[in-house]
Amino acid sequence: MQEHVQLTQKQINDDLLSSVLHTPRWWWPAVIVTGIIFLTGMGAFGYMLNQGVGVTGLNRPVFWGAYMVNFVFFIGISHAGIMISAILRLTQAEWRRPVTRAAEVLTVFSLMSALMAAPLVHVGRPWRADLWVFPYDFARGIWINIRSPFIWDPSAVMTYLTASSLFVFIALIPDLAVIRDRASGYTRKFYALMAMGWRGTPRQWKLQAIAGILLSALVLPVFVSVHSIVSWDFAVQIAPEAWHSTIFAPYFIIGAIHSGVSAVATLMVIMVWVWGWDKYLKPDHLDAIGRLLIIVATTWFFFFFLEWVFALYTLEDAELAMRDLQVFQWPWSGLFILFLVTAYFIPVPMWLFKSIRRSYFWMFVTTILVNIGMWLERFLIIVPGTMRRGEFIFDWGSYHPSIIEILMVIMTFAWVVLGMLVFTKLFPLIPLFDIKEGMVGRDEIRIGRRIVPASIRE
Amino acid sequence: MASTNTQWGMVIDVDKCIGCQGCVVACQSENNIPINTEDLFNQRRAIEWIRVERYWEGEFPDVKARFIPILCQHCNDAPCEPVCPVFATYHNNEGMNVQVYNRCIGTRFCANNCPYHVRFFNFWEPEWPETLTNQLNPDVTVRSRGIMEKCTFCIQRIRRTSREAARDGEELSDDSRELNPACVNACPTDTLFFGDLNDPDSKVAKLAKEEMSDDGRGYHLMPQYGTSPNVIYLKKVDESTKDSNGSHE
Repeated sequence: MQEHVQLTQKQINDDLLSSVLHTPRWWWPAVIVTGIIFLTGMGAFGYMLNQGVGVTGLNRPVFWGAYMVNFVFFIGISHAGIMISAILRLTQAEWRRPVTRAAEVLTVFSLMSALMAAPLVHVGRPWRADLWVFPYDFARGIWINIRSPFIWDPSAVMTYLTASSLFVFIALIPDLAVIRDRASGYTRKFYALMAMGWRGTPRQWKLQAIAGILLSALVLPVFVSVHSIVSWDFAVQIAPEAWHSTIFAPYFIIGAIHSGVSAVATLMVIMVWVWGWDKYLKPDHLDAIGRLLIIVATTWFFFFFLEWVFALYTLEDAELAMRDLQVFQWPWSGLFILFLVTAYFIPVPMWLFKSIRRSYFWMFVTTILVNIGMWLERFLIIVPGTMRRGEFIFDWGSYHPSIIEILMVIMTFAWVVLGMLVFTKLFPLIPLFDIKEGMVGRDEIRIGRRIVPASIRE
Repeated sequence: MASTNTQWGMVIDVDKCIGCQGCVVACQSENNIPINTEDLFNQRRAIEWIRVERYWEGEFPDVKARFIPILCQHCNDAPCEPVCPVFATYHNNEGMNVQVYNRCIGTRFCANNCPYHVRFFNFWEPEWPETLTNQLNPDVTVRSRGIMEKCTFCIQRIRRTSREAARDGEELSDDSRELNPACVNACPTDTLFFGDLNDPDSKVAKLAKEEMSDDGRGYHLMPQYGTSPNVIYLKKVDESTKDSNGSHE
């Protein structure tokens, strides 16, 4: 089991509020650099708005490209939140405590990035997408087409975003009160407003706990629905090959968990390196996440294998041609090998070793590799799929992203980093109350001659 | 008059096609399609509502050029329709698959799901040389960038003709050059036929009935997708088809 360091409440407050109460020297430069990257991407977006989608590398028949890949990728990353905070909470995995908030915040910002990638920069007329995909134009009798996965998508993503934001906020309230009590001036007013009169009365704690558990239970269907729906963006289409496997939805979900949990591990290592929170995010935690990842990654690989089996079993010419393109034709073959190696064959055998799982550095490297691989996975599903190696060779096409697309892909990553940076300045990234609760749960008292746990888990 | 009973359709006799691209040019000028420059072709973003695909068969010197004009098949079970989030593409009551430009937001979902690759996205703002701005057809919307467009069976011609026929109390005739789409009128070899598939007296209905029978030459493009198109192709007649004892597989 996990080794345990008992910390005093004061020490927990001092350690975990350091990111909020003090501004490290690197913080402003980091914000400015990511801000500039983000604004460059927005500039590229402005240029695309001005010139038309022609500035991308998209063409006929490859109508979907890097934006769509990014959309799927960030929805995948966002599955971290639900996995860590809801499922591990409901299964009472102790090691989740310090990572829940980081995972949820990552979820919120990556969902925003996903929304930025697909409805905003992907469509031909984003100003209309605003009017017609989100608040519908009922007044003129123009209804939405609920048969379209592009209606299911915003519904699922917005539900998820709402639930995650609520989750983050509810878990923040006790911590906000702690900051409120240590702040002065207008910052005190800000935190007082955010803490909504939290005094830590038993009734408030009870409500807060119930809200947390309810949200984790209610958000469970979203766990299944969001990425299933994303997979249906592809699976409901009849024309492009390679998107027809019935296993597409579970395959996407497990892939999302694979990349999401890896992203959380990366984030944990960064938190340790940047703020020195190694008393909270111990090698133990990485060990637990590493073991979870072995299972997730192997399940994902099994589904990936099944998807191929189903595809090849049909023996349809177009399907075979598309698989041939994916695996044997340059540059897709190179990407395919890179994807397999980074998403599975390097990280998973490494995670089998305890010393790797307990090493911050190696966990950082392997989880970054997983996410490179998972980005490529989506790229290899979407792009060769739309290249349409059908019988009418007249329409065969290819695609490579233009510089504008690459800038906007980087922009969505910069947005997540920027969001996390600003968040850590305003709010503690490790939940104070959750850690303290964990400590209390481990308190031991002496009754007569025996030492017994102070609290009993129901 | 176009009633709900109408089912506009086309028959394309591939045997007659000589690949002259007359239909392509006629379509471009009728429907205000921007000039397809070499650049646009190289970007693979040229817009051709009807295109003539050319395939080479055999090895040199026994090479045969095969031509097949491909346009929107106006499928009855069109894959493009259910995936559009804003109903920019839908089926009208005359069997046509129509596109509402104003409603389109450019998700390109429909284009992805079209097995025939006949939906076109306006990657750039369409531009015409100064000298050509006055030749734009006033009956056809000039599309802006960021939206999809595709063959309409020249719906503006159908609408005008049926309106005028109703006004004058005349029957619509599929011999009428006013009714036929521009590509049909332009074809020098009578490759293309247009008309109401539900009207038993129309040319297309007769051809469909005759050629879609077991020993006919008729077929649908890519039947494996189950789209039930309103465009019927007639197989090329040559040595290879004769050899197969009337079965045109």
